[in-house]
Amino acid sequence: MASVALRSVSKSFGHVPVITDVNLEIADGELVVFVGPSGCGKSTLLRLIAGLVPVGAGDIVIDGEVVTDIPASKRGIAFVFQSYALYPHMTIARNIGFALETLGLSRQEIDAKVAEVAATLKIDHLLARRPRELSGGQRQRVAIGRALVRQPEVFLFDEPLSNLDSDLRMEMRMEIAKLHANLAATMIYVTHDQVEAMTLADRIVVLNRGRIEQIGTPQQLYHAPQNRFVAGFIGSPRMNFMAVSANASSSDCHMQGPGSLSFDVSLSAPGVPAEIGIRPEALSIATQGQGKVTGTLERLEDLGHEHLAYIRIAPDVAWSVRLSNSLGKNALGTSIGLDWRFEDLFLFDKNGHRLDHSLSHERSAVANGVRA
Amino acid sequence: MRTKLERREHFSGLLFVAPLIAVLILVAGWPLARTLYFSFTDAYLDDSANHVLIGFRNFVDVAGDPVWWRAVRNTAIFTAISVAIETVLGLAIALLLHGAIPGRGLVRAAILVPWAMPVVVSTKIWEWMLNDQFGVVNRAIVGLGLADHGVAWVANGSLLLGVVIFIDVWMTTPFMVLLILAGLQILPEEIFEAAEVDGIPWWKRLWSITLPLLAPTIGVAVLFRVLDALRMFDLAYVLAGANVNAMTMSIYARDRLINNQELGVGSAASTMVFLLIALVAIFIVGAMRLDRSGAAER
Ligand SMILES: Nc1ncnc2c1ncn2[C@@H]1O[C@H](COP(=O)(O)OP(=O)(O)OP(=O)(O)O)[C@@H](O)[C@H]1O
Ligand SMILES: [Mg+2]
Repeated sequence: MASVALRSVSKSFGHVPVITDVNLEIADGELVVFVGPSGCGKSTLLRLIAGLVPVGAGDIVIDGEVVTDIPASKRGIAFVFQSYALYPHMTIARNIGFALETLGLSRQEIDAKVAEVAATLKIDHLLARRPRELSGGQRQRVAIGRALVRQPEVFLFDEPLSNLDSDLRMEMRMEIAKLHANLAATMIYVTHDQVEAMTLADRIVVLNRGRIEQIGTPQQLYHAPQNRFVAGFIGSPRMNFMAVSANASSSDCHMQGPGSLSFDVSLSAPGVPAEIGIRPEALSIATQGQGKVTGTLERLEDLGHEHLAYIRIAPDVAWSVRLSNSLGKNALGTSIGLDWRFEDLFLFDKNGHRLDHSLSHERSAVANGVRA
Repeated sequence: MRTKLERREHFSGLLFVAPLIAVLILVAGWPLARTLYFSFTDAYLDDSANHVLIGFRNFVDVAGDPVWWRAVRNTAIFTAISVAIETVLGLAIALLLHGAIPGRGLVRAAILVPWAMPVVVSTKIWEWMLNDQFGVVNRAIVGLGLADHGVAWVANGSLLLGVVIFIDVWMTTPFMVLLILAGLQILPEEIFEAAEVDGIPWWKRLWSITLPLLAPTIGVAVLFRVLDALRMFDLAYVLAGANVNAMTMSIYARDRLINNQELGVGSAASTMVFLLIALVAIFIVGAMRLDRSGAAER
């Protein structure tokens, strides 16, 4: 097994910079998940590590050895593609065992290894078939089997489950978690799926436009995002934001905004808040005439196990609220007050950096009679 | 039972194919039928209306002619060697062009030049270049000291077929390159990346992945070229006329038909050429199962 490190890695396609100065240390046996919006360079970063794309600048280190100039075939890694990339003309058995054929193993040894991997992944009854005779989930298992059989130092997964339906996805997610626990192998995993990222990752790397926004455990990213981008990206439905105007006198800060928002906070470090953020699950419906902000109930969504309410606070601001029971159709169009615990509030300055604030001094707008 | 909709679709399908079938019958079926008919008569070209049916005598005549068998042998040798070289060379060049070599757009355009030239023109150019006294090829050979006097490429009967093969390779390899290149470009790239990451060496990638996946494309290209080569006429005729050393089956048929004015025998020879080519075509299509598995294999 091996550690992986990226040292100031950059990459441009033509004149378009795709990866900019990425530094990352991945420990031996760690499972790191890359997330980020489409086109931010997740696949490119993975392909740089694999050696499928030459590095523009910087170094890639695997197991303490600089591999920047070593071809993909000698890096001792396995890559699982979103499209599975199985060999269409070979049987499943040959697909899995193909890489072993060049290692000088005997037929029996190869067959034994293929059978073992196939049994682990529960595809042993499919070995004589060809890829086109398999379902998407089965193909994905074969692709993972092909990676497993080589016992590589590092596994790279590029959105391996994104073509599967949600049931299969959950099943395969657990399977991958189990594999990671059993093999204790280093894994890098790209996904669009919040749940996959939160459940699988030891650490998550949030990428945006080819740069790392933040690296941290799922809990760190959820509870202590460093900036507005990470705060908005991690969590689903996404965090609610609203621009506020603040006048800061030393560390005490008075804030005002749409929906009769008005309260004071005390900042633990200098800075001027420009925006507040609160997660949908941190909001609650205030009792009549109370609440820190008010708006009009615009839409209700019943998801069975939970309810989502959309509340319009200003013409360009609508917040989502996650509730355990429905507000009832009659509430549509009425004025609703929203409340939150003070520690659930995030503050961002005009550059999107999160500002720390302490718990004191909060005053409800309503309690102060500021409400119009 | 067919539904009304199916019947209507079937009918409109027929409607669309009907003109095509009519044209085919007119331009292919009619001449073919006439050739077939004349091959059983003793007709002469100058007075074709005046003839009687003589059964298989023309076919027996052709089959008993050693020149015909020489033409069959020449055609077989020409087809086998030229198509083999063109396929291997075409594959090699296509693989080179498929890799990211600098300036490949230019090379791809340049490689088409021989294919775009009229056969007569390129044959004549090569004939001149290969001329034993004035040709640049001999000039170069002597100049480089490889031989003290030039080789009689075209005048020497035993070299003639080799020269035909050489010029054909020069002219038609681009066709192979383009067909195979098109086949290469639709292969999914990630399969090769997967193999690369898995540490498969390049020759094994070529042998176990590229070639099997390319087989349907190569099959179609070879089929085209074999059928084309079996009816070879223009190049060999421009270069050698009716010289038996380079006489192909088509030249033989023309020779009997035009030079000897034997419409009956010429038609019989033409019919035999047609039947031979059809047989080979059926054999190749069957052997490669081009009609079915090729496409499904993807
Ligand atoms: N071979 C290439 N040539 C030119 N540009 C490329 C190439 N590969 C990727 N790009 C560009 O680089 C950027 C990052 O692409 P990449 O595939 O890494 O994104 P991604 O984060 O994986 O996106 P997605 O989530 O949609 O898969 C994109 O803007 C893309 O257009
Ligand atoms: Mg991607």
